[in-house]
Amino acid sequence: MLKVFNLPDLGEGLTESELLDWKVSVGDSVTVNQVLAEVETAKAVVELSSPFEGTITALHGEPGAVVAVGAPIVSFDLPGEPGQDGPDGAAPARSDGRVPTLVGYGAAAEGAGRPARRARAAQAVPPGPVAPAQPSAGTGERPRSTPPVRKLAKDLGLDLAAVPGTGPGGAVTRDDVTRAAEPGSTIESDSTRGLGRQVEPVPAAARTLGGRPRTEEEAIRSVRKATAAAMTASAFTAPHVTEFLTVDATESLELLEALKGHRDFRGLKLTPLTLVARAACLALERTPGLNARWDGENGRIIRQNYVNLGIAAATPRGLMVPNVKDAQALDLAGLAREVAALTGAAREGALTPDQLTGGTFTLTNVGVFGVDAGTPIINPGEAGILALGQVRRMPWEHRGEIALRQVLTLSLSFDHRLVDGEQGSRFLADVGAVLQEPGMALALF
Amino acid sequence: MGTVSLNTPPTGMPHVPEPDLHQVLTPEGHRRPDHDLDPWLEDVTATMLAGLHRDMTVIRRLDTECTHLQRQGELALWPPLLGQEASQVGSAAALHREDYVFPSYRENGVAYLRGVDPLGLVRLWRGSTYSGWNPAETNLAAQQIIIGAQSLHAVGYAMGLRRDHSEAAAISYFGDGATSQGDVNEAMVFAASYHVPVVFFCQNNHWAISEPVTLQARRHIADRPWGFGIPAMRVDGNDVLAVLAATRRALERARNGGGPTFIEAVTYRMGPHTTADDPTRYRSKDEVEAWRAKDPIDRVEAHLAATLTDSDRDAQGGPLTIEAVREASATAADEMAAALRTGLAGLVDPGPEALFEHVYAEPHHELARQREHYRLYLAQFDGEQLEAGAR
Repeated sequence: MLKVFNLPDLGEGLTESELLDWKVSVGDSVTVNQVLAEVETAKAVVELSSPFEGTITALHGEPGAVVAVGAPIVSFDLPGEPGQDGPDGAAPARSDGRVPTLVGYGAAAEGAGRPARRARAAQAVPPGPVAPAQPSAGTGERPRSTPPVRKLAKDLGLDLAAVPGTGPGGAVTRDDVTRAAEPGSTIESDSTRGLGRQVEPVPAAARTLGGRPRTEEEAIRSVRKATAAAMTASAFTAPHVTEFLTVDATESLELLEALKGHRDFRGLKLTPLTLVARAACLALERTPGLNARWDGENGRIIRQNYVNLGIAAATPRGLMVPNVKDAQALDLAGLAREVAALTGAAREGALTPDQLTGGTFTLTNVGVFGVDAGTPIINPGEAGILALGQVRRMPWEHRGEIALRQVLTLSLSFDHRLVDGEQGSRFLADVGAVLQEPGMALALF
Repeated sequence: MGTVSLNTPPTGMPHVPEPDLHQVLTPEGHRRPDHDLDPWLEDVTATMLAGLHRDMTVIRRLDTECTHLQRQGELALWPPLLGQEASQVGSAAALHREDYVFPSYRENGVAYLRGVDPLGLVRLWRGSTYSGWNPAETNLAAQQIIIGAQSLHAVGYAMGLRRDHSEAAAISYFGDGATSQGDVNEAMVFAASYHVPVVFFCQNNHWAISEPVTLQARRHIADRPWGFGIPAMRVDGNDVLAVLAATRRALERARNGGGPTFIEAVTYRMGPHTTADDPTRYRSKDEVEAWRAKDPIDRVEAHLAATLTDSDRDAQGGPLTIEAVREASATAADEMAAALRTGLAGLVDPGPEALFEHVYAEPHHELARQREHYRLYLAQFDGEQLEAGAR
């Protein structure tokens, strides 16, 4: 007989747990109280032990997955009590309407997005010797809603089970019921009852993007969540000013070409980013305000006389901004080496927390995506961020004539709370001057 | 004018010696003489030790089984007693039937030994009843969740015992953290002032959730009651014989008009504070391992293994061996656990209206009005009635 173990509330009032590690595999025979998995709640890492004696038929979720309380976590085949599989030997019907496939379970027929309410075992599911499975004739769990909403639905003669819920956790709200009761709603008729969420008629076979389902949901987690929090915090606390400067970088690129043959740079990857990194460090010598930190809580500005240079990197996990420590003390070769090491580690997901914190100024190379400029958002806690556009051959004034030159645009955003236009502009002009004419580095700094 | 520096000793502070830690059974299972406790252990036999071994084994199983049940979604919460078996068994074994127990939430072992059905504990901790037993039948009050509040209840009850000229005593259980609560201190003031027959039994398990006892007690907890005029004793809480003797002594004092006594049973909470807690976040593995070496059950086993002779007999007159003791304890634990699992299947939730049943002993018109109001409220949802009773 098949039995599903739903994730219990392991703390007090928790709604989900993260699966850390399975201690069993599909096909394993387990005994009551045997440890099945290690899970982490908001409060603790705990071991989940088996309520049944039997064989594991499915593990619902991979390590790292966040499982809602009440959602299935392990399926068992319990010994004994044969003949529960239905008269014709068909797969047993389960109360949640899902049937076993060859590997694990198919998708739920409906309502899979919301966790079932936690079964009150005193009423329903005894552990140990197990009662026969409920045939799926009934409606199962009633939809989540509040008593006044249930009363409203009842007064309007609506079956709550057929009303799509838009509230938290799929709960049916007052608005949902009101909407469903409007003339033209497809919900009232008995024939559509039980269709769950598919109450809006779907236009016939319009091809969707990529042929995928019309909508797909993805939990906001980990890097995406952190990025969102950081960007929101920065965008709505630091008044951003963005300035642009387009420069003829032909001489810089020629310099890079020349350096590639130099023995000090053998095996190093030299790119415009490397040169901009060096130029930014030099420019920060004259405009240290862009490397400062706003400490509003303590009413002070902290000037940082070292540069931990952040490099924004697109990784398979999302946007990461590791930083090169003490970049001001590195020469061009040193910077090339460090940037290559950091971006390599970022791609492999091998960055350490230390590499990801403590940045003072950030570079972002949007040029690699084939665009010219942008208005970058400052990494929280820093005063500025410099974006490099793509290098393109463009007709450009050169020695009084129009020539095809290698041109790129720099975009600088700075926090106007601690950097004024004068300082920001000067920094940008300095970086541009070095790119336009690398020899300026000798003259200016 | 004199000057006071940080190193100036306070005036009038008497030199207070460190209280002794009374221990009868060492962690290695050796019996040590103890002038104060030995007179209370004259009846100890191998059979009695085997019984204490069984009780500790059974409540340890009750505890681990319920911890599992919480992980399996059967219980809402469980406060483990792992490591504190000797404190609970030793003290409960000293009680008389007519004595009244005021426990905290962690005294599930004491409750079991007072005759509470483990299913009663399960019903309580799954949240389907307000008390898992009838206090009038077990002389065990409902478990108190509010830290230390039961010490006031115990003293109040003991004041009543004194007025009744009863020969019974009251005992209040609480932990090290509770000694920092106002309630426990107020209870000690009243207990001393009224000279009531009460025992304050403090299981110092070293952790008030995540706060170490050293943070809230600069001196031993057993030093505090003296300031209220209550004599105190510090015993090894992992030594079932020391706890038994100290509790017997304190109860006898209470019954004979000697007034309150405070016992600090020095033990250790091997598990989390509750199933919602993660102790690895605040304490070291080394500390836990050091206490594992002082296990209360192991030391009774070691003692029995070293002292049992061919002439020792079990209750049926058969030869008593250490293997037989272990097996009897394990069997008792297995039987309790099996009965618990079987009983779970038959449990029925009482339904929301049960809320009104045990508020007053007699009918009360205001409560009746509220009950009717609630019934009408529920009736609005007729057809999807909140599932009362069996389904």
